[in-house]
Amino acid sequence: MIQVRELSKFYGKKAVVEKVNVNIHRGKITSFIGPNGAGKSTLLSMVSRLLDADTGEVLVDNDHVHKMKSNEFSKRVSILKQSNFMNVRLTIRELVSFGRFPYSRGKLNAEDIRIVEQAMDYMGLMDMQYEYMDELSGGQRQRAFIAMVIAQDTDYILLDEPLNNLDMKHSVQIMKILRRLVDDLGKTVVIVLHDINFASVYSDRIVALKNGRVVKDGQTEEIINSDALKQIYDMDIPIKRMNNCNICVYFNS
Amino acid sequence: MRNSTKMIILTVFAVIFCALYLFYGLNGSFDYALPRRGIKVIAMVLTGVAIAYSTVVFQTITHNRILTPSIMGLDSLYLLLQTVLIFFLGSSHITIVNRHVNFILSVSAMILFALILYRFLFKRGGQPIYFLLLVGIIVGTFFGSISTFLQVLIDPNEFLRVQDKMFASFNNVSGELVWWALGIVVLTFIVGWKSFNDLDVLSLGRDTAINLGVSYDRVVKTMLVISAVLISVSTALVGPITFFGLIVANLSYQFFKTYKHKVLIAGASVMSVIALVGGQWIVERVFTFSTTLSVIINFVGGVYFIYLLLKESRSS
Repeated sequence: MIQVRELSKFYGKKAVVEKVNVNIHRGKITSFIGPNGAGKSTLLSMVSRLLDADTGEVLVDNDHVHKMKSNEFSKRVSILKQSNFMNVRLTIRELVSFGRFPYSRGKLNAEDIRIVEQAMDYMGLMDMQYEYMDELSGGQRQRAFIAMVIAQDTDYILLDEPLNNLDMKHSVQIMKILRRLVDDLGKTVVIVLHDINFASVYSDRIVALKNGRVVKDGQTEEIINSDALKQIYDMDIPIKRMNNCNICVYFNS
Repeated sequence: MRNSTKMIILTVFAVIFCALYLFYGLNGSFDYALPRRGIKVIAMVLTGVAIAYSTVVFQTITHNRILTPSIMGLDSLYLLLQTVLIFFLGSSHITIVNRHVNFILSVSAMILFALILYRFLFKRGGQPIYFLLLVGIIVGTFFGSISTFLQVLIDPNEFLRVQDKMFASFNNVSGELVWWALGIVVLTFIVGWKSFNDLDVLSLGRDTAINLGVSYDRVVKTMLVISAVLISVSTALVGPITFFGLIVANLSYQFFKTYKHKVLIAGASVMSVIALVGGQWIVERVFTFSTTLSVIINFVGGVYFIYLLLKESRSS
């Protein structure tokens, strides 16, 4: 379990995240939702130690994030941010191999190579593994990065808006893969999402943020109802039940 | 062609040029000319390696392939120091005449300046790299302006001594200093060696590097200090020549097409040696000293820089 305790981040005097307390349960998909500027990405960055918190602490299975060695932490928690700038030209295989860096420090052994190939296979990248990253489409790039994170083989996988700029087909594909990671491999996935319908259909738990604070935290069914959504988004959002899923019809509300 | 083959070919070229420089037209003068040429070759190899190493590392931590470490303002500080010494103490003062004193003074001034700059910037937290570059540019321009101001006022004869220092030259390198410089460069390799793999990850960006367990701040600080030390040593040894690093670093990226810093740094170093030793040989034997190597380097480097700018703007 990842425990977030009284976590705050200030830019100047403005609190972007303020005294947030959240528990992230093992073996579940937890979605962070909320309006723009609610502090979702900032919270995720602090949990994954990309950003230093001003107050509060984060515990991963009862160990303090800041007391852990960076290398040890990277074997337990991985993070994928929304924009991934690269200064070098890499093939998919080279990028995915970087996922083994916490274990191999750059020298891959047979076991590492097996895991890298498994990760690429899992993401359906085997037949294009020698293609260069800068020649791929957005969906393929995103899959390559997720393959890297899978090769990193951590219990916890944090993703910051992985569906950004992806079309419906690729979004669904990625969400299904994440679901499989949780159901088949027992991983814990935390994901920042903008589309609440993806959160509704695929996640086990939802944490809703607004103005840097947690306004709702619970099972998906508890959050996806018109009352709770009104509190989060200040919108009247009717919910329709289709194919056993709750769908929020927010387009003309 | 495999990268190891490329490296062997480059190394063979480097050795050929060194041999050519050492033995061409020696006319049996083994006692007089050979040791002098030997010192010059070692100085060129050292400078080449120092500049290649520091530029590749600096470009990786700043995520920018058209920067050189000179942007930190170290060579401007060197010129300012030389100008101030000549202006106030005169060109016959011990700090100018005695090369050892001058070397130690220059190296310690530059390293001290870099450390103060880093200390001041890293205390603020956050992501100081771009702020560091900005401060470097401003401070560098400031140093440059003061130097120019003093050079305008200075006695014309003394100005010739200043002008001497403004361009890199391998013609008056002191034998003893070369060994000092060699020691320092070897030391930077020992310190940097185990971080070379971390640098590979750093080229994926800060967030990915931290995600993969690289102690980002520690690696960046170590590498900034290493590149400041290397620049200081090479500048104090032969004069400001950092622009040269831009050429060899980018040629190395283009030629080796890899992300592995061990290969990139080694490749850029060997290319520097070829360019410096080969270039100096041509200057001495073909142009018979009618021009200097740094003029040629700045000319070729300038053309290549414009090519890089055009290429980068096309690709984005």
